[in-house]
Amino acid sequence: MYGVKPRNHRRDALSLSQVPILIILLVYFAIIAYPLFWILMSSLKTTEDISVNIWALPKVPQWHNYTDAWRFGISGYFINSIIVTVSTIFAVLVIASLGAYGLSRFKVSWLKYVLIFVMGGMMLNPQVCLIPLYKLLTALKLRNTYWALIIPYTTFRLPLNILLIRTFFLSIPKEIEESAKLDGCTNLQTYARIFVPMSTPIMITGAILTAYYAWNEFMFAIIFIDSNKYRTIPAGLMAFRDALQINWGPLIAGMVIASLPLVLFFLFAQKQFIRGMTAGSVKG
Amino acid sequence: MTKRQLRTTFEPVLFVLPSVLLLGVFMYYPLVQNFVYSFFRFSAFSSSKVFIGFQNYTHLLKDDIVITALRNNLRYAIVSVIFQVCFGLVLAAILEDRAFRRVSPLFRTMFFIPVTISISVICLLFGFIYRPMDGLLNQFLSLIGLDVLTRPWLGSAKTAIWATIAVSQWQSIGYVMMLFIVAIQKIPEELYEAAEIDGATKIRRFFAITLPQVKEMFFVTTLITVTGSVMVFNEPYILTQGGGPGTSSITIAVHMYQSGFFKDMMGYASTLAVVIFLISIILGILQLAVFKSGED
Repeated sequence: MYGVKPRNHRRDALSLSQVPILIILLVYFAIIAYPLFWILMSSLKTTEDISVNIWALPKVPQWHNYTDAWRFGISGYFINSIIVTVSTIFAVLVIASLGAYGLSRFKVSWLKYVLIFVMGGMMLNPQVCLIPLYKLLTALKLRNTYWALIIPYTTFRLPLNILLIRTFFLSIPKEIEESAKLDGCTNLQTYARIFVPMSTPIMITGAILTAYYAWNEFMFAIIFIDSNKYRTIPAGLMAFRDALQINWGPLIAGMVIASLPLVLFFLFAQKQFIRGMTAGSVKG
Repeated sequence: MTKRQLRTTFEPVLFVLPSVLLLGVFMYYPLVQNFVYSFFRFSAFSSSKVFIGFQNYTHLLKDDIVITALRNNLRYAIVSVIFQVCFGLVLAAILEDRAFRRVSPLFRTMFFIPVTISISVICLLFGFIYRPMDGLLNQFLSLIGLDVLTRPWLGSAKTAIWATIAVSQWQSIGYVMMLFIVAIQKIPEELYEAAEIDGATKIRRFFAITLPQVKEMFFVTTLITVTGSVMVFNEPYILTQGGGPGTSSITIAVHMYQSGFFKDMMGYASTLAVVIFLISIILGILQLAVFKSGED
């Protein structure tokens, strides 16, 4: 997938000793795959069918579960998630790349303290800030607005993104910057016209990491928003479950809708997705 | 100062200012504020606070739920290191072995899919799997004749925490496996070829080459999973309605949430946040130490 060298073909055939390992792999495969298949299958069944014939395929596919889920409120949560996720990605990339430029292209002694300030943020656990952040957002009258999620999400994704982009900027040769300066570019122009376009790969990595976080974040989403109007998908699904009670078909269809964007993105852009997710291993 | 000097002094300020402001106002200020809050008694719904000194801290020492919660966090950490780190590494080594070259992309992709799914979807799914009567797990156990094992997984104080921990493993093994796959792919092929010529078995090659070569990743993933175990919130919050039955599956983060937002003891919740902070600081310093030693 990513630069695996072609290896010796002679040993490709499975030998007898590998059969037990293959069985373990297949069992684990079933443990992962079956529940996923079960959601897809059950999303097309009636509630009674889900409960009574849990193993059976839908008799008549209930496609209306999807339209019901969409009408009963998933559409709103979905749109909120898109608004919050896209805004967060945009804010993180702009602010982090500006910061990364400042931290990599100037030789001023106090910048090393800024760098420590940023790195310290990597270690900080969002839960530690929960109570004061709740009070602060309330005082600023930002609770129950999109900002209540966009601002904390952006802030808590900044350190990782600044460090990632900074590492990339440090690898850009000094000559490129100097020739831009000779052409009369200011720093801001050098940043916008040369550094940003050159760093597309790392920006994509940062965008994936941020999207993954913003699309799935749960704790801030349930605490900083309690108006149904602004709920994102992870929090919205909880409200959806409570509202639907035993109407399982649309609930499960809603779960599928909530998962599709990232799963499809992963399946079609595995390489980028994995590069992004593993870059975040500095802190998941 | 000339215009040029002014510029060289202030230009970097402009670049880093947005980052510093956001981090300062929405990360560091709340962090400091949290320490201050831990000495007060106050409510989520009013702005008045009463200074109570160390009362929250003495309450902390007498609070049995903290012990239950930390014990659950520790269980989370131990199980996660065994399943995610150890099993994840073995899985990665198997899938990177050339014997499985043809099937490994399929396995790899499937094992990673749960990572991309939101934790709330996964918890709702396992809510269905763990249902006492018509849940997939109990139905499956009956189907293969293991009726004796069926039980209300989330409804019993004995099993709730383990059932909750299992959900996290189901979701996250694929992530750690992928980190190890990336690390294993960086190992020079020559090392394996040389070992093969020497006649080393696969198991020996795993211990002699793979393991030492991914040592650093091993520490990183261990720290990630342990740090994650300290922060666990979503699974008990959703699956066991906030750590039930009783407080049997509560974690420290859920305890903080409930103290603050259900019992309206915001000051005490801040004190619990201080506990979380101290644990994550220790883990963070460990992480730095490991990275430092990796650089030499």
